[in-house]
Amino acid sequence: MSALRAEESLLALRQQEELEDLPKEYPLSTSEDEGDSDGERKHQKLLEAISSLDGKNRRKLAERSEASLKVSEFNVSSEGSREKLVLSDLLEPGKTSSSLATVKKQLNRVKSKKTVELPLNKEEVERIHREVAFNKTSQALSKWDPIVLKNRQAEQLVFPLKKEQSAFAPIEHVLSGWKARTPMEQEIFNLLHKNKQPVTDPLLTPVEKASLRAMSLEEAKMRRAELQRARALQSYYEARARREKKIKSKKYHKVLKKGKAKKALKEFEKLQKVSPSAALEELEKIEKARMMERMSLKHQNSGKWAKSKAIMAKYDLEARQALQEQLARNKELTQKLQAASESEEEEEGAEDEDEMLVPDAVNEVRMNADGPNPWMLRNGPGEAEELDIQKDPEQPPEPVAHEASESEGEENPVAEEEMLLKELEERRSLRKKPGLNQDAKPVGRRETKDSSSQEVLSELRALSQKLNKENHRSTKQKVSSARTVLPVQREEAADEEEEPMLLQRPERARTLDELEELGREGCFQDKERPRPAVNGQWLERKPNNQPGAPKEKPKKEQMIDLQNLLSTKSPSVKSLAVPTTVEEWEDEEEKDQRQMIKEAFAGDDVIRDFLKEKREAVEASKPKDVDLTLPGWGEWGGVGLMPSAKKRRRFLIKIPEGPPRKDKNLPNVIINEKRNIHAAAHQVRERAPSGCLSLLPGSLAWEEGSSALGSRRMRDLDHRIKSVLVSLTGSGMNNSESTLLF
Amino acid sequence: MKVKMLSRNPDNYVRETKLDLQRVPRNYDPTLHPFEVPREYMRALNATKLERVFAKPFLASLDGHRDGVNCLAKHPKSLATVLSGACDGEVRIWNLTKRKCIRALQAHEGFVRGICTRFCGTSFFTVGDDKTVKQWKMDGPGFGEEEEPLHTILGKTVYTGIDHHWKEAVFATCGQQVDIWDEQRTNPICSMTWGFDSISSVKFNPIETFLLGSCASDRNIVLYDMRQATPLKKVILDMRTNTICWNPMEAFIFTAANEDYNLYTFDMRALDTPVMVHMDHVSAVLDVDYSPTGKEFVSASFDKSIRIFPVDKGRSREVYHTKRMQHVICVKWTSDSKYIMCGSDEMNIRLWKANASEKLGVLTSREKAAKDYNQKLKEKFQHHPHIKRIARHRHLPKSIYSQIQEQRIMREARRRKEVNRLKHSKPGSVPIVSEKKKHIVAVVK
Repeated sequence: MSALRAEESLLALRQQEELEDLPKEYPLSTSEDEGDSDGERKHQKLLEAISSLDGKNRRKLAERSEASLKVSEFNVSSEGSREKLVLSDLLEPGKTSSSLATVKKQLNRVKSKKTVELPLNKEEVERIHREVAFNKTSQALSKWDPIVLKNRQAEQLVFPLKKEQSAFAPIEHVLSGWKARTPMEQEIFNLLHKNKQPVTDPLLTPVEKASLRAMSLEEAKMRRAELQRARALQSYYEARARREKKIKSKKYHKVLKKGKAKKALKEFEKLQKVSPSAALEELEKIEKARMMERMSLKHQNSGKWAKSKAIMAKYDLEARQALQEQLARNKELTQKLQAASESEEEEEGAEDEDEMLVPDAVNEVRMNADGPNPWMLRNGPGEAEELDIQKDPEQPPEPVAHEASESEGEENPVAEEEMLLKELEERRSLRKKPGLNQDAKPVGRRETKDSSSQEVLSELRALSQKLNKENHRSTKQKVSSARTVLPVQREEAADEEEEPMLLQRPERARTLDELEELGREGCFQDKERPRPAVNGQWLERKPNNQPGAPKEKPKKEQMIDLQNLLSTKSPSVKSLAVPTTVEEWEDEEEKDQRQMIKEAFAGDDVIRDFLKEKREAVEASKPKDVDLTLPGWGEWGGVGLMPSAKKRRRFLIKIPEGPPRKDKNLPNVIINEKRNIHAAAHQVRERAPSGCLSLLPGSLAWEEGSSALGSRRMRDLDHRIKSVLVSLTGSGMNNSESTLLF
Repeated sequence: MKVKMLSRNPDNYVRETKLDLQRVPRNYDPTLHPFEVPREYMRALNATKLERVFAKPFLASLDGHRDGVNCLAKHPKSLATVLSGACDGEVRIWNLTKRKCIRALQAHEGFVRGICTRFCGTSFFTVGDDKTVKQWKMDGPGFGEEEEPLHTILGKTVYTGIDHHWKEAVFATCGQQVDIWDEQRTNPICSMTWGFDSISSVKFNPIETFLLGSCASDRNIVLYDMRQATPLKKVILDMRTNTICWNPMEAFIFTAANEDYNLYTFDMRALDTPVMVHMDHVSAVLDVDYSPTGKEFVSASFDKSIRIFPVDKGRSREVYHTKRMQHVICVKWTSDSKYIMCGSDEMNIRLWKANASEKLGVLTSREKAAKDYNQKLKEKFQHHPHIKRIARHRHLPKSIYSQIQEQRIMREARRRKEVNRLKHSKPGSVPIVSEKKKHIVAVVK
């Protein structure tokens, strides 16, 4: 410290010297021979000297610019050598003196210490504070998530949510304020008192309570032993399960599965002998599993495995065989209509091959509707397409969203435009896609001759893997981004441009008649409005210049073809009599019903009538040719004279046949594809509006919607018909105040 | 000789009480009632029509103020008591059952900017243009006493809003900064600032009571934490937010009434996208208040109407207007969730039913059952065009109607332009911005 102070004093001295120098130099600079530049420099120096007076740059070293007689020793500057003057150098002369040694040590210690970093500026600090506080509070808030979610999903909310618990007074308290009055009561109490039974305070004596609570030693020991055994067993099983789970060998698992299946089969056989009814149930279960498998659209040869095998099949006999097997299984699965038991092992075997083919998500939707065959239950083209899209893992996830938007877009032109936009986007993405595919394909073709076909294959595989990975990543990203948003927030309306809930008009509708008029008006509006684009049209609108798209479409359509699925290939009358799968599920009642109908219509041939009707309907719906021949034009006309055949041929305009009828392959159904205006007024539009997703089959709302709410008596008991919000007047109010306002 | 008699259990045919309906033996087998659903459809149609016929939401108009009503407050303990502050500095306390003013006091010089009641209901606070915060007793002065505030705090700047803590003796004011006050002190416990513009409204969160939200005239909404005495986050919107309201059932949800005709519902943990954009108003939205059930909220607008929005819907389910109602400045939903009050420019406070066609008064159990049944029917058949058309119809004054049309055209034109731009530009160069994101300028940490 003292050294520092010494330095300070040195500097102060130097400053003084400078100030003394100045006046001496000044007259020199005024001489005539000195140039202007010199004067300037002097001025600069003066300014420097003045400015050095204030504390800031006092330590500026003096500049020696010209020779002078008197050179101050303090004016020595190290500027030229570009070296910093170090403290120890200054103290060099004092080396010898032992008294300064401690000071030097101290100085060294000071030097070795690091300088403290500058504190952050205020704004930065505040920002950090804010961020921390925000994170804290948002974490604290997330504790409400489950409650909020529960409230949102609750079928009925009753307010006030917190009910005042009516306090239960223990019986002792009630009794204490009560006195025996009648002679009978008095007698009873006398008896109780005599037997020293507690009357008021706890009903049991403490001794009794303790004896009730106690457990004998033997009992306790036994219990302990039991617990110990259970624990040991549990840990053993856990360890075993863990060990087994770790086994990576695929073969092992395959064998295990097969073993299990065999065991199940054996058990089933045993069961069949013992109790046929239970066996029947089991059979049903197996059958259901088969149906699930069928519905899952596995074995369709569209999976990754199948595709790779298809490529390999050219070169590899084994692959070809595997593929054929797969095909056979597919056929087998899709063909069967009669409910027949199928050995489960086959399925099991197939499953582990196909595990990767179809994501489970595809099946989930199907599982919900546990009717006999969901394909028979619903036949909307939209749904089929949706499924299709889900099935194809290569396709970007856009179309689904775009589906949704489309379904809502029918209302206004604004939404239509949005649809157009989306289409545009999609087209772009598609255009990009084929590029990738094109890259891959020619390479494969070129090198088929080469011996290095294996290489190509591996390359292809890598490419496809990459594609898949990208897909995965994108979905993952989406998922993760969704995850960051909390579950409560996630419920967002699919569409932003909602259709307004109100239809606002400057006209009033006050009476019933006016309202009736309104309703009718609504229907007419409906009629005038062009029908929304059907999915088919929507697909058609896509330009054909994309190489990928047209190829895909027909394939897809094939896949969801009703004919393939139901394999009702004979559109003949016979199939009416042949029992279909649906019929199998009919119960006795319906058979009775059928019988009754048969009896009722015994006289007339309903089937033929129906067929005739259908034929007529088909005829009526067919587009008619336009005959433009003018009899008598250019030739003689009159009764019995026909225009020449050539002319007729020439002027007959043949109208191309429209798309095939929907009921072409359904012999016992007439589907009227024209919309009936009169019925339309009272029908829900085929496409459910945005709000009623819950009306999908399988959901609870659907179950409700398909049946009547019921008669009044049933209604009272029905939980469904309770208002959603029940708010009691005076929630949070004083009871005395909780009167009705009006 | 033994005579065989028919014997039946009287439980099967005797009604329990005289008030009960006669028991009629009936077979409920659905196959025997093939027209049950069509019959229900007709019932639903009739119920819908009756609903529209009976939709008369307007209940009463409370007049007495001599200037526009600027703020409203509910009494926390008494349903029938409402407080209102006017633009001439007068505060009035109303009794809704009698529809009368029970007390009037000159609270401030100039506007009464904000009014709020203490959670116990014994006193209330007002702030005004005269840079003061005043605390008043809820009961009027006794005979011979003068009308005087319990406390008066003189501030340096104008306070534009006030809100009381839901559980503690703490209140918050806003103006140039957000101040948190202890009731016993004349200096704020802490004041929080972020930016320099004047803050127009501040609201305490009713569930997490240490949270505050405010909106300022530089278009932002700022959230504060009272315990940590810091602002938390700021979101900047396209235009100024006039006021916000917290959802009383969901701690992290709040709705902002914006100058750009829309309302935005935010999750305060993710401010970069609103959960829902509520549009339908055709002019600036001035005030918003939640129903105590947290499922709906009501908004007051400069376009002389109030609208009721479900929280999860982008469009309003109801619009209320009358010929004489001018710009609606403030609106409140009563604590029994049945009524709505709005104060407007032309010095009146109006009382509306929250459900336009609801029957008032005590309902017998059968009436209640019928109401529930009709409600369920309407819900079940709501998508049938006939019913939908009737249920959706609302009368609008011509001015609002024409404004809606005009704005629709404008919106369409804008959209068309956007689409065209997108079509004719390099792919990827013009981003598609969703409606929700469009109005958010930035989120400042």
